[in-house]
Amino acid sequence: MIAIRDLHVTFPHRRHTVEAVRGIDLDIEPGECVAIVGESGSGKSVTARTLVGLAGPGAVVRSAKFEVDGRDARAFGPEEWRRVRGGFAGLVLQDALVSLDPLRTVGAEIGEVLRVHGHRGDRDLRVRDLLATVHVPEPERRARQHPHQLSGGLRQRALIASAIAAGPPLLIADEPTTALDVTVQAQILALLGERRAAGETLLLISHDLAVVARLADRVLVMRDGRIVESGGTASLLSAPSHPYTQELVRAVPSAATRGRRLSEAGVVAAPEPSGDVVLEARGLTKRYGRHTVVDDVDVRVGRGEIVGLVGESGSGKTTVAQLLFGLVAPTAGTVTFEGEAWTGQPERRRRARRRHLQLISQDPLSSFDPRWTVRKIVAEALPRGGAVEPLLERVGLGAELLDRNPRQLSGGQRQRVAIARALAPRPSLIICDEPVSALDVSVQAQVLDLLADIRATDGTAMLFISHDLGVVHHLADRVLVMHDGAVVESGPVDDVFHHPRHDYTRELLAAVPTLEGEIR
Amino acid sequence: MIVLRRIGTGLVVLWVAATAAYLALLAAPGSTVDSIIGDGADTPLIRSQIVQEWHLDRPAVVQYVDYLWRAAHGDLGRSYLLQRPVRDVLGAQLWPTLKLALVAAVLGIALALVLAVTTRRPWSRRVSSTAELVLVSTPPFLIGLVLLSVFSFQLGLFPVSGDRGAAALVLPAVTLALPIAGVLTQVLRDGIDRALDEPFVITARARGLRERAVLARHALRHALLPAVSLLGWLGGTLLGGVVIIETVFGRPGLGQVTLQAVTSEDMPVVLAVVVFSAFAYVVLNTAADLACLVIDPRLRRS
Amino acid sequence: MTLVLDRPLVLRPPRYAGFLVAAGFLVLMLAVVLVPGLFAGDPLAADPMHVLEAPSTAHWFGTDQLGRDVFDRVVHGARHSLAIATAATLLAVVAGVLLGMLAGLAHKYADEALARSFDALSAFPLILLALLFIAIAGPGALSLVVAIGIATLPHYARVVRAQTFVVRQAGYVTQAVAFGRSRLRLVLRHVLPNVLGPVPVIAVIGLGEAILAAAGLSFLGMGTQPPSPEWGAMLSEGRNYLSVAPWVSVLPGVVATLTVIALTVVGRHLQRRVEGRLG
Repeated sequence: MIAIRDLHVTFPHRRHTVEAVRGIDLDIEPGECVAIVGESGSGKSVTARTLVGLAGPGAVVRSAKFEVDGRDARAFGPEEWRRVRGGFAGLVLQDALVSLDPLRTVGAEIGEVLRVHGHRGDRDLRVRDLLATVHVPEPERRARQHPHQLSGGLRQRALIASAIAAGPPLLIADEPTTALDVTVQAQILALLGERRAAGETLLLISHDLAVVARLADRVLVMRDGRIVESGGTASLLSAPSHPYTQELVRAVPSAATRGRRLSEAGVVAAPEPSGDVVLEARGLTKRYGRHTVVDDVDVRVGRGEIVGLVGESGSGKTTVAQLLFGLVAPTAGTVTFEGEAWTGQPERRRRARRRHLQLISQDPLSSFDPRWTVRKIVAEALPRGGAVEPLLERVGLGAELLDRNPRQLSGGQRQRVAIARALAPRPSLIICDEPVSALDVSVQAQVLDLLADIRATDGTAMLFISHDLGVVHHLADRVLVMHDGAVVESGPVDDVFHHPRHDYTRELLAAVPTLEGEIR
Repeated sequence: MIVLRRIGTGLVVLWVAATAAYLALLAAPGSTVDSIIGDGADTPLIRSQIVQEWHLDRPAVVQYVDYLWRAAHGDLGRSYLLQRPVRDVLGAQLWPTLKLALVAAVLGIALALVLAVTTRRPWSRRVSSTAELVLVSTPPFLIGLVLLSVFSFQLGLFPVSGDRGAAALVLPAVTLALPIAGVLTQVLRDGIDRALDEPFVITARARGLRERAVLARHALRHALLPAVSLLGWLGGTLLGGVVIIETVFGRPGLGQVTLQAVTSEDMPVVLAVVVFSAFAYVVLNTAADLACLVIDPRLRRS
Repeated sequence: MTLVLDRPLVLRPPRYAGFLVAAGFLVLMLAVVLVPGLFAGDPLAADPMHVLEAPSTAHWFGTDQLGRDVFDRVVHGARHSLAIATAATLLAVVAGVLLGMLAGLAHKYADEALARSFDALSAFPLILLALLFIAIAGPGALSLVVAIGIATLPHYARVVRAQTFVVRQAGYVTQAVAFGRSRLRLVLRHVLPNVLGPVPVIAVIGLGEAILAAAGLSFLGMGTQPPSPEWGAMLSEGRNYLSVAPWVSVLPGVVATLTVIALTVVGRHLQRRVEGRLG
């Protein structure tokens, strides 16, 4: 269906030219599911979009052979590309909240495809059929709604419905599940699997090896615009031959990786818990009006212990972090920090103790004053006269970054700066709110290793909030599972994840795609 | 519910504006009677008339409430210069001004829409943006003087002044419309650019839509939001602009009445024009808010 | 074989060019304002022998109805026009920033009251609000300054208020709480500098708007009184001779326009830089 040789995509800019894709070959046979895996900047999305002639503004595309549906696409004019788009290949992007026009109804968006590709017959009826095909309940009502009125899962289904509306033989899904909760992700993956079983050809683009493993027949691993390795899914992921693929596979955190390093070979020492309690919350409840966001939550973090807090979006885990941090006062319940009352204290009293409780957020950039350099940011957290350089060295950053603005740093470097700043006041507890969610898997591995090292050497306790069960299983000693504002299950991480007692925990665990689970 | 709240906010703003204008009058140096009389005839009879008309013998609070009450009913007091109710003075001059403002608004909006949509190619875009920058930065009366100099004095195509027939409306309307078109084109273009960067545009293109359809069905609607919310500003600019344009082109209208009232310190008239313009602004702004609710369903929440 | 998708790239002159030209023009304007004598002769010297002469090498911008050199008058008028606009903008910025910050940091109800007042103030068209003020206080340069200052104040107040909200909720303010900083230090170290950041930039663009407003009001005869030169007033005077000597009114207007364009270009350039830094 697709046959490409030596594809180059470049974006010429005034001073430099960005080579997004540097000579790749790609063949897609009818009925197969091919996956392109890579980290951000690997060129995987550009490759996918080039297949439908949407490489991007100013892109220059060169190739030795570029066949789409058996015809030479290099000679395609705008009209021919138009027929390919939607008619031959449907495109599904990440996050339907922004990938569907927010001002138009779902039905209008799907109907648009039908109109463009000359659908004959009752369009509304067809839209309803399509929504039913992707298992959207009450398709008539949903078709009249706008994307923001639908849940994330339904939105993504509607987006898929619009991509398959004109019956294209090829479906290109670019990170189709990235913004979704695990249980919803599992449903969308099942839906894509259904399409594939129905004989549709699928090109899957993802950063997540486990997601790819669940669906793909063949995997291509991309890095810096090149394909470094390709082959059958099972053989490639269980026995990768290229060092980069090996690194990627090793970097995926899971139950099996507990106690070992992710970014390199080696083990991390886990200290024996001492039994001292650093932070204890009892009956923590937060209501906004009639809406209960956090419902009677107990949290206990021992000295040097890493406690995981997992839950899907809207489960209340971030509110728990805010309550513990003391930004928001709880409606009911108490928090004790280092043996003394923490809630109900005037801020003036808490100020001196604040230094022992630090916070790392998902988006480090917004937590830095935009005018400040790395040096100033870290120095603000240091006690008077403390030196910045040793701290940066601890988190693996060189002194040459001292006078940079965080905007000039990569995502991983920024998170390291945030960690350095959190370490500066020598805290006894760090609240980490989704600290690695925005990072590529190899960078995530380095940051997770760093956090494990810090705990091992300093005995700093952490409350690690994450939606990623693999990360929590890898890192945490104990885990709390949150659902609808309440903790449904808690205990040592191996007990909870291997022998879940609560239905929700079971559902959550079943939904998570894991490398080990998929490659049998 | 949300509609009622928007209208409520509009009423509050209008009330604050009317109060501010009233306070400005009170804050004027000298007694209120002096500032109302201004340069007008000053006799004990007129003074007592003013005291009676404005109820200056009553407590300040009562006066204020009375002023609001009467303003809410459209009674804007009496002009001392013209010895007529302000409502009649303004009413007689409202149509020429309204005619000019409406024609200019339609012209400006149409020009902006056409320019924003048609000048997407790099070179036409550069030419258009430069023209917009010049138009936005030029004092409106200079545009009027240049047009007058070229089309009336040099070419003799249009009358130099007055309000006789459609020909006399052309140059003033164009003068008023050009800066408006400049601002609106910039806003629309910016809105379209932003919308075209959104992921849903890639989805729309991936459906096989023509670029023109992407622009018309998706991007333009997004670009309309910021443009529509300028509706109140547009009304205000037109009302402020007519004062100058009517002077340049020697047209009758609200602007001329206002200027005359300012120079002769005919305070009831000045106050009425100012409060009327605030009223127009609030009405248009509220209408714009409601229009945005229609365009963007996301705003209907909460 | 090369295939170019989407819109083709066009080689553009560097974006700096416009900024540099505009900035150069503003520097020249500043020099003109500070030492007008260096650039032009007496703006009041009338020459009855050379009345309403067209632009020539002797009189670059021609002469007016009294035989005064229009170029000399434009150069000297810059001082009046720009002084009024600058003073009005300063007034608006100072008052607007204070009120905006107050609203942004205040309690819910106080904030709501202030925000509605800004709305109410901006409900008046600039020219009409200024005219109301002039009707009360009488015409003159000082009236123009206060009138334009008050009328443009809500713009700054709103920007500052919105910015204060953004900064108050920013992650870096939350973080600073974690280091046990007092509220006052938070405001001084993080809130204030980040709120004030964009203000100078919008003030540059606002200055252009103030020049336009001042010229418009002077044109209506509400500002600087003749014979002292001021751009708007010059246009107004020259209007009567538009049919025979358009340069008398048009050329001062062109200079005013160029100044406003230069301010806008420089302002937008700085705005992009600030946005790039913050976003």
